[in-house]
Amino acid sequence: MQQNASPPAPIVSLRDVQKSFGSLRVLDGVSFAVERGEVLAIIGRSGSGKSTALRCIDRFEKVDRGEIVVCGHRVDLPNVDLRALRQDVGIVFQSYNLFPHLTIEQNITLAPRSVKRMAASQTRELAHKVLAQVGLEEKVHAYPEQLSGGQQQRAAIARSLAMQPKVMLFDEVTSALDPELTGEVLKVIEQLAADGMTMVMVTHEMGFAKSIADRIVFMHRGKVHETGPASILTSPKTPELAQFVGTGNLKS
Amino acid sequence: MGGHLNVNHLLFLGHGALWTIGLSLIALIGGGIAGFAIALARISPHKSVRLLSATYVQLIQGTPLLVILFLGYFGLAAIGLKVSPLAAAGASLTLYVAAYLGEIWRGSIQSVPKPQWEAAEGLALSRTQRMMKVILPQAIRIATPPTVGFMVQIIKNTSLASVVGFVELMRSGQIVNNSLFEPFAIYAIIAVVYFAMCYPLSLLSQRLERRMGRGMVNLAPA
Repeated sequence: MQQNASPPAPIVSLRDVQKSFGSLRVLDGVSFAVERGEVLAIIGRSGSGKSTALRCIDRFEKVDRGEIVVCGHRVDLPNVDLRALRQDVGIVFQSYNLFPHLTIEQNITLAPRSVKRMAASQTRELAHKVLAQVGLEEKVHAYPEQLSGGQQQRAAIARSLAMQPKVMLFDEVTSALDPELTGEVLKVIEQLAADGMTMVMVTHEMGFAKSIADRIVFMHRGKVHETGPASILTSPKTPELAQFVGTGNLKS
Repeated sequence: MGGHLNVNHLLFLGHGALWTIGLSLIALIGGGIAGFAIALARISPHKSVRLLSATYVQLIQGTPLLVILFLGYFGLAAIGLKVSPLAAAGASLTLYVAAYLGEIWRGSIQSVPKPQWEAAEGLALSRTQRMMKVILPQAIRIATPPTVGFMVQIIKNTSLASVVGFVELMRSGQIVNNSLFEPFAIYAIIAVVYFAMCYPLSLLSQRLERRMGRGMVNLAPA
């Protein structure tokens, strides 16, 4: 894969990244880049390495070889400033991971207050703003458990947004949700895309990927097997992608 | 000698009971502070710290408290370090409690699901902030019932300090018995007093456990 580094450097770039868990090579020379404002969807079978690739961007996994640059941080180097990196990168997980002992508002204000040292009144305003963005203003004082899965995931997105990240990572954020709750989360992500947020998402929602992604990365056996605009989902070039989209991709 | 159990004997026993409480407090406060350090050391990012603390825990858990007490009192005296019974008992119990509370608390910290750590990390919180604001508040809920349960063990185990001559409840009972020769009555009194100290804690522990059970389903206050 060569992504030519056009003058405004990409927000995220991976070059020839390799990563093994024991003897299992999960990433086998992965390269891709994400430009500012771009939405990249990573698709592929379970075990294809897509989640690992995403987690490498935020240094939840260390890579064995290759170069990763995220918002100017050399993530592959051992001396990377993790806290600076994670202020620039927001990540949302499949299992929401809200803090159960804190209200939604406290979940959201914790990092801006502790990390950015913002004043309490300021962070409360911020919480209301980001909750409005995900349509949950009325849940500001609720505890995570009092929310549905879809609401919890929207609150988790709001919590990430409150740190004003330059890029958002979504790791199968709708996979734990009932189909009828998936829509409300996807709508929030759609709105973020429309607002120009740079995003990398690992997803199983092919219909959604097709409608929202500027570019698709199809991973297969630890490699970027095929990449291109969303149209590759309807006219795949490789038999593997054809087979992948041909099997059970039709929910949207 | 002989005579009957009178109010002076009871006062003496009461005094002993107070020292049992005092020794328990010394053990729990000292052991609590040291145990917290042990718990943190057991999950330290540095391998040598983890190894060292694990060795400590294994050593203490594999040694009878009675032996630790003997070492602290007679052992140290034999190599020229004279310590008072209170100091020996307090230090021995502190070492003992630290190992056990350290393990209970390490387990509690580690039973906070890993994704909670990751979420906190993803929000750029420092290791200390993650620990203080995200992990410990959740770990404390998990740790409370077993900690209270362990406190009961400690109160009872302070009776071992009687063997180094520290006059707590058990030892004061022995002393009274030496003058009255009424072991059944006296040790029955001692047993009742121990029970009166431990039972409220046992009840509390049970109640906390029941509440925890509910808490798993619904942590939020209604």
